[in-house]
Amino acid sequence: MNETEHELAGTGANDSGVSEELVLNVGPSHPSTHGVCHVIVNVDGEIITKVRPVIGYLHRGIEKMCENRTYLQIVPLTDRLDYVGSMYANWAYCRAVERLAGIRVPERAEYIRVIVCEMQRIASHMMSLGSTSNDTGAATMFIYTFDIRERIIELFEELCGARLTYNYVRPGGVSFDLPDGWTDQILECTVSARAKFDDIDSMYFGNVIARGRLKGVGVLSAEDAVAWGASGPTARGSGVNWDLRKHDPYSVYPRFDFDVPTGSNGDAYDRARVRLFECYESCRIIEQAISQMEPGRVKAEGLPRLIKPRPGEAYDHIESARGSLGVYIVSDGSPRPYRVKFRSPAFCNLALLPMLAEGQLLSDLVVVLGSLDPVFGEVDR
Amino acid sequence: MRIEELRDHLCAQYPDLCPLFSIEFGDGVLLVECDELYEAALNLKQLGFDRLGMLTAVDRIEHFEMVYRLTSRSMSTGIFLKCSVPRDNPVTRSLFSLWPAALWQEREVFDLFGIDFEGHPDMRRILLPDDWVGHPLRKDYEDDRVIKRPDYI
Repeated sequence: MNETEHELAGTGANDSGVSEELVLNVGPSHPSTHGVCHVIVNVDGEIITKVRPVIGYLHRGIEKMCENRTYLQIVPLTDRLDYVGSMYANWAYCRAVERLAGIRVPERAEYIRVIVCEMQRIASHMMSLGSTSNDTGAATMFIYTFDIRERIIELFEELCGARLTYNYVRPGGVSFDLPDGWTDQILECTVSARAKFDDIDSMYFGNVIARGRLKGVGVLSAEDAVAWGASGPTARGSGVNWDLRKHDPYSVYPRFDFDVPTGSNGDAYDRARVRLFECYESCRIIEQAISQMEPGRVKAEGLPRLIKPRPGEAYDHIESARGSLGVYIVSDGSPRPYRVKFRSPAFCNLALLPMLAEGQLLSDLVVVLGSLDPVFGEVDR
Repeated sequence: MRIEELRDHLCAQYPDLCPLFSIEFGDGVLLVECDELYEAALNLKQLGFDRLGMLTAVDRIEHFEMVYRLTSRSMSTGIFLKCSVPRDNPVTRSLFSLWPAALWQEREVFDLFGIDFEGHPDMRRILLPDDWVGHPLRKDYEDDRVIKRPDYI
């Protein structure tokens, strides 16, 4: 956050009536910034000439707080990073702890993690698509996407009692086994969700207004996506075929048959559409995981009450809904980590905003921002 | 690619870097001097590590340790690049010209650790306000807001 950057908006015209560059403050509290993002925009007429994102309004110092807590006490903090996809941060953190402490996770727990994370991916992408459509004036689609998301969140509530901050994935496994009949409900949910994805595809992506608002807006080349460290649907929309589930596989992902959808133009349309197609793939993964899953333990045997890893450091990453989410932990042998770093995909993707938005129309700023799908809990940490 | 194959590949291409390579917790680590960091990063980029995935620092009390995580799409693997920055003169060279991804991540390290990056085009705080005093992720940082938990374990 940079307070000296606050600038007063000019009138846009000098005494002689000739238009001059105008400075606008968008946010920090603005319905289309998807959180507390402050963007200082210079506009010349309607064309954006300069974009300066100001972040940090939601900075809670989570990495510092982690240094003062035991390994198990940190899991609830990871919920508060990406609050639209808490399961990912839970899982990424637990994987790093497991690697550091040499904990082996039972197979059933791995399957459950895959199922809940793919459900989470659908819920998160529905949030992103819903807000993108709402920003572009298609408020009806927002209701369609939130219908699917609500059903998934209800199922998560049944699973662990929380709607957003799950604290479900724990070092060594998951906190509880699945409730009776839960997998049947999930299968029903994927069947009905597929039909709704078809509706969304024809209703929104086939709509001439939506195409006009999204196509050719915020074009990101594949080279820039790689050089700027973009990941997830933001990079795949530009045709960068890079998905950790496929290309650096972890957990039980190698056992599933699924595709990685990619775009070709790298515009907001491709990024949004990649998110929709990923939801179909997530349904496929969930169905395969449920058919392959067998009864068994959901927590590693002989887990210590207090995890004290040997001194060293470990890094692990997973593919979250926003991209590669990494956790780097340094241990000094005590019950508390020496340093925890969350490599947040939303932070790295948001750095692209000035490059993508400059030269666009002012009304496209919210489309570009929405297409990067930032969650500010994760950006600011 | 397995980590041993990566080591062999690295040693064949860049014999100078070979003795600096080690394996920790299943990850390849390349420990270099900060003066040679840029060269080493350039070599790794030519070797196929096309993405700067993560960049951070660790306060080791007597010095700061810079940690870079590079990933390669062609080799489906990652590597750590590390160097020690002296505490009394915390300056190192920016990797912005190699990977623009360093733009915000180096600003974050500057903000939270107070490490300066030579050649960075826009070295300002990013998460904290400009008038903030101190760098919170340093181990010697003190603030009324930091709650010290009792050592009940």
